[in-house]
Amino acid sequence: MKFSEEEIQNWKCETCGEGLVMRKVEFSYMKGSFHAELPACPKCGLVLITEELAMGKMAEAEKALEDK
Amino acid sequence: MEKEQRIAWEAQCIQEEPPACSTTCPLHVDVRQFMKEMAEGHVNEAYKVLRKNLPFVGILGRICTHPCETKCRRGEVGGALAIGSLERFCVEHYGSPDRVKLLPRKSKTVAVVGGDVAGLVAAHDLRKKGYGVSLLEAGNQLGQSFREYSEDMLPGSVIEEELGALKDMKVDVRFGVTLDAAAFEALCTEFDAVFVDRTSSECASLPLEKDNDGLIGVDPITGGTSCPGVFAGGKEGEVPIMLAADGRKGALSIERFLQQAHMTIGRENDGPYETRLYTNLEGIAPLDRVRCADPDVGYTLGEAVQEATRCIQCECMECVKVCQYLAHYKKYPKKYIRQFFNNEKVLLGAAHSSNQTINSCTNCGLCAEVCPNDLHMGEVCLEGRHAMLQGDYMPPSAHEFALQDMEFSTSDEFVTCRHQPGTQQSAYLYFPSCQLSATAPAEVLESYRLLCENLSGGVGILLGCCGAPAYWSGREALFRETLKTIHQQWQAMGKPEVITACCTCQSVFSEHLPDIPTKPLWQIMENDALIDNACREKDSGKTIAVVDPCSSRYDSEIQNGVRRILGNLGFALEELPLSGELAECCGYGGLVFNANPKLDNAIVTRRAGESERDYLAYCAMCRDKFVHVGKRTAHLIELLFPSVSGNDPWARGWLSWSERRKNRRRVKDELLVNLGETVEHTVEPYEKIVLHIDPELLRTLDSRRILESDLRQVVFHAEQTCKRLRHNQSGMFRANLKIGNTTFWVDYAPEDGGYRIHNAYCHRMNVTGVK
Repeated sequence: MKFSEEEIQNWKCETCGEGLVMRKVEFSYMKGSFHAELPACPKCGLVLITEELAMGKMAEAEKALEDK
Repeated sequence: MEKEQRIAWEAQCIQEEPPACSTTCPLHVDVRQFMKEMAEGHVNEAYKVLRKNLPFVGILGRICTHPCETKCRRGEVGGALAIGSLERFCVEHYGSPDRVKLLPRKSKTVAVVGGDVAGLVAAHDLRKKGYGVSLLEAGNQLGQSFREYSEDMLPGSVIEEELGALKDMKVDVRFGVTLDAAAFEALCTEFDAVFVDRTSSECASLPLEKDNDGLIGVDPITGGTSCPGVFAGGKEGEVPIMLAADGRKGALSIERFLQQAHMTIGRENDGPYETRLYTNLEGIAPLDRVRCADPDVGYTLGEAVQEATRCIQCECMECVKVCQYLAHYKKYPKKYIRQFFNNEKVLLGAAHSSNQTINSCTNCGLCAEVCPNDLHMGEVCLEGRHAMLQGDYMPPSAHEFALQDMEFSTSDEFVTCRHQPGTQQSAYLYFPSCQLSATAPAEVLESYRLLCENLSGGVGILLGCCGAPAYWSGREALFRETLKTIHQQWQAMGKPEVITACCTCQSVFSEHLPDIPTKPLWQIMENDALIDNACREKDSGKTIAVVDPCSSRYDSEIQNGVRRILGNLGFALEELPLSGELAECCGYGGLVFNANPKLDNAIVTRRAGESERDYLAYCAMCRDKFVHVGKRTAHLIELLFPSVSGNDPWARGWLSWSERRKNRRRVKDELLVNLGETVEHTVEPYEKIVLHIDPELLRTLDSRRILESDLRQVVFHAEQTCKRLRHNQSGMFRANLKIGNTTFWVDYAPEDGGYRIHNAYCHRMNVTGVK
């Protein structure tokens, strides 16, 4: 999943006041797990999941794990 | 699914049964496949189909008396296919026989006595199976009866060529062999088994018991004689194809005998038999047999192809024809059953390759209604869902939303059980259902008022859910618990007669709560005196199409009653292609709307296009689902109580899932107010949040199954904790919160003392770590 610089730069973690940086994020669902590089707050680790990612790649992965 | 259950279900599906032409053929030629190849002009392939079952295909293909034609189903619509003529065309126009492929040579040897049809076929088949075969003929040539045909019918060159195959197969052919009892006994010692062609001149002298006709006596199933290891077949005067079948039977028996296998088991269908295949001929236009332009020449290629295209390719597929779900996955029940079984028992659910398929059946039972053997795929799929839950591989996304909706309807938010205001007992108990309350709250209240005014003995009311979602999703325990609660409430009310207003509830009651007497609301409303005259004039003369809910399938009383009410109201009725006992599901059944929204949408969209007329539903879900795809649809209750909302029932729009809950709450609240009770709600702090949502966005969020209460919880949490992202330019917030198994993301900004929702989406995948 590619994120544009602009997209990442547009958001700031409110609590920490930090801009987002790319981090390795681990996911799990239904006995399956994997990881992806996603923008997150460098301090508290708040991850940005965009609509495109949630409704696209993530939804596909969920479906694949549900019905291999 | 246990193996016995699988076998029983598979046996109910007859799609794989061979067609009548094949089962009538003593050698079971795959006539249907032959016709398919011929129709496509693949004469070579068609020839191969014949050769697969017919030994000496060039001979039998010319002289067969084609008993198959007597059972050809095309005969009922036009004329039976000219199977015999097409066979002849095929063997005449396709070259000489290929080499017969033999199985590796076995050590056992067989003697065949008599070289006419039965003996030739037995020798051919046994040699093909790998046995060493010696064919003993008293005369000096094989296939005597083939030589009695005219040269036109069966040229001598063809006989030589076809029988020449035996030489290629290395059958040891001996001519001029006569046998007396002693020679025969020596033969039996030398060879491991013997087949006797009963048309052979040697039969009389053989030391084998004879029957009343003086023929060697044989067992009808095996062809076994009085002497172990000696089998016989064939009879003077029989047609060649029957003689060939006798030879084949003998070869099969000898194979079993030499392998020490069971001699009779599984041989019911050795010869001609009645097929179990059902083929519906409805809608097939009659077509007469194609005539040869020159009868002396026979069919030309063009004529042959044309004749073969008349084949209706007999199959059943009755259920697949009417069920979009079964058609969608491109199989038929027998295949689905095997697939589900393998998924569960062989792959142990690990590959869960069938999960979505099992969850995509609406359980409507239309398949069982059209199936010649009443096979109900809903039962198969329900069993599959139980197994998925038991094996812990049921995807949570399949039914969670629907079960949460049911949880709402079985919680204090909706559940209410009261006697009629001012009374202490109930002769009746109105059960208007969770979904009708969700879609038509005012009409539910009005209908209750009418029941109270017109029925004596007190009409109590029970708001709740019958538990159908739990049943459909395979949550057996939850379903039982829901039924138990209803039963207790009914008992506490003094066991009144329950008045239902939803066909699903009605069927749940009659099937699972049989001791509770029920009466559908529509039956009561058939009393014309109860209908307000104002209802009649409004739409008088309008033609509408009635949508029978799938749950009314076996309740013709309800179906007819509804039609009588509509007649009383002045409507003219149009029947949809499938109605009454053939009623279809709107996609809500089986919770397909939740498990497979795409298929659900395709089903309801197709059904919405089946008539230009406005639809009249008497199931709340049917109404809402048709409206959701833009079809003008009213619910019967709206026609009976039109003054309630003042809106045009045919033009009323779609409802969000949040609105449905609000409506249920409204029914309960207004009911309690009418009873003079104080209405108390514990209001969570987040519930006070005011949201502003654009209607179009609301529809998107609803399709994503995001409720307003989800949005409020996310916003509330973000506002409380400040855990959120802020957009540098717009100042908009993006926050998330996991509620249950789902993580919701909301884009929002403060507006007018509340919050403007800009977008929301969700996922089930969990973030478990950030590195």
